[in-house]
Amino acid sequence: MIHFENVGKRYASGREALSGVSFNLEKGDMAFITGPSGAGKSTLLKLIALIERPTRGTVLVDNQNTSRIPRRRIPYFRRRIGIIFQDHKLLADRSIFDNVALPLLISSLRHREVSRRVRAALDQVGLLEHEKFSPLSLSTGEQQRVGIARAIASRPALVIADEPTGNLDPDLSLEIMRLFERFNQVGVTLLIATHDIELIDKFNCRRLRLEQGRVVEMPKSNSSELLV
Amino acid sequence: MSFIYRYLALHYKNFFDALARITEQPLGNLMTIVVIGIALALPAGLKVMVNNISTMSGSWDAAADFTIYLEMTVDETSANELAQNIQQRTDVRRAILINRAQALIEFQNYSGFGEALETLQANPLPHALIISPTGGSTSDISELIMALEGMEETALVQLDTAWVDRLRSILDLVLRVVDIVTVLLGFGVIIVIGNTIRLEINNRQDEIEIIKLVGGSNGYVRRPFLYSGFWYGFGGSIVAILTIWGALGLVNSPARALAQLYDSSYRVIGLNFKETLMLVGTGALLGWAGAAIATIRHLRDADPE
Repeated sequence: MIHFENVGKRYASGREALSGVSFNLEKGDMAFITGPSGAGKSTLLKLIALIERPTRGTVLVDNQNTSRIPRRRIPYFRRRIGIIFQDHKLLADRSIFDNVALPLLISSLRHREVSRRVRAALDQVGLLEHEKFSPLSLSTGEQQRVGIARAIASRPALVIADEPTGNLDPDLSLEIMRLFERFNQVGVTLLIATHDIELIDKFNCRRLRLEQGRVVEMPKSNSSELLV
Repeated sequence: MSFIYRYLALHYKNFFDALARITEQPLGNLMTIVVIGIALALPAGLKVMVNNISTMSGSWDAAADFTIYLEMTVDETSANELAQNIQQRTDVRRAILINRAQALIEFQNYSGFGEALETLQANPLPHALIISPTGGSTSDISELIMALEGMEETALVQLDTAWVDRLRSILDLVLRVVDIVTVLLGFGVIIVIGNTIRLEINNRQDEIEIIKLVGGSNGYVRRPFLYSGFWYGFGGSIVAILTIWGALGLVNSPARALAQLYDSSYRVIGLNFKETLMLVGTGALLGWAGAAIATIRHLRDADPE
């Protein structure tokens, strides 16, 4: 699903965020990217969503070389990926329903289909009864779940999440991760950036650790079996 | 089919959402619209004024009387006959004979040369005819003048329309100035709307970012702003039309009183249907253009390198 080959990213400021990153993520996998803040986790995800372009190397997403996607095709490319942000990125002046419907309306889906998918997505994150509320009336954890509903509403095969539990307490964080696990069970490929080692110790997933701009594959944790 | 329908539905929604957003902040946006309205009303109003003056001068030109000075050898009886003959022409409304004796008395009374004229032994003035043409086009009148000049009794035809020609030239000049003002104020409208849209883009930077992150194309992001620009231009042109109507309303009754003093049935001309439509169309188009320029410039900044 995702293939990085010797990818480097140097920002205009001269800071080298990534230098020679190579890894492969199979379809249907769920993996964590860890590493201290500033290690390049966000940059790596931005390269996948074409929010940034690599300065060298090759990034393949769903067997498509992202460097061959021209600027005007980027929106259509992004519609196939669900993106979850640490700060949710919700529109405060629109209802929860409208927030989740946004990517579907952009893809000009039929209205009935939009309603159906929005309700299905909100149901999955357990916020169906809140659809008419403003995001501001929700707690941070609930807002994050709205962001997740928006990312999965268009049923993407790939979901990427940048510190989705960054602002949440351990219980809420675990809840969110369990949600991701459920998506993974129905075939969604997930790549989640987080620095919360304690949390991901509870899951038996691949771990990619970013160290000095490179990816190091870490052993899977086995503790997950103890918890489930 | 249904895709086209959904696309049109999206435009429809953007169209009225943009209007709703403008009415959300009525005071500030109304000020913008009034500024645009004044900028549009100025050239349009000037054009209406020039239209009025040229119509007025057109009627003067057609009705301009002229004078035929006859040869000194023509006596009063033949001059009288000549006047009657000329009056028979279809293109002449009236031909009046000014008797040379009568002309001399008038001249003595009104010219201020009374005493000097008294020393003359003979009357130096010829008989004269004042011709009022029926009107018609300028070429009709030139034809009439040619015919009258060709008569053997005619010494000189004096057409006192030089001042009308001068007015025409002045009007041409004014029209050119109006054109320049129109272009400049058109740019002004584009800049005002472009700047308003730029501020709106800045205010909604978060929203734009989010829409782009979830796969909104530039077209999708731009459309609401383009429709905002359209509404600003449209609203501005409505203000301009109301302004012109108001101004004409104020001018109308004194203008009619003046026309009556000159025994004219002249009525002030306003904007006709086509001109009104053109003004609205121009306003909306300028609004759209201003928004387009602002969005192209500012949305590109949000793209990845």
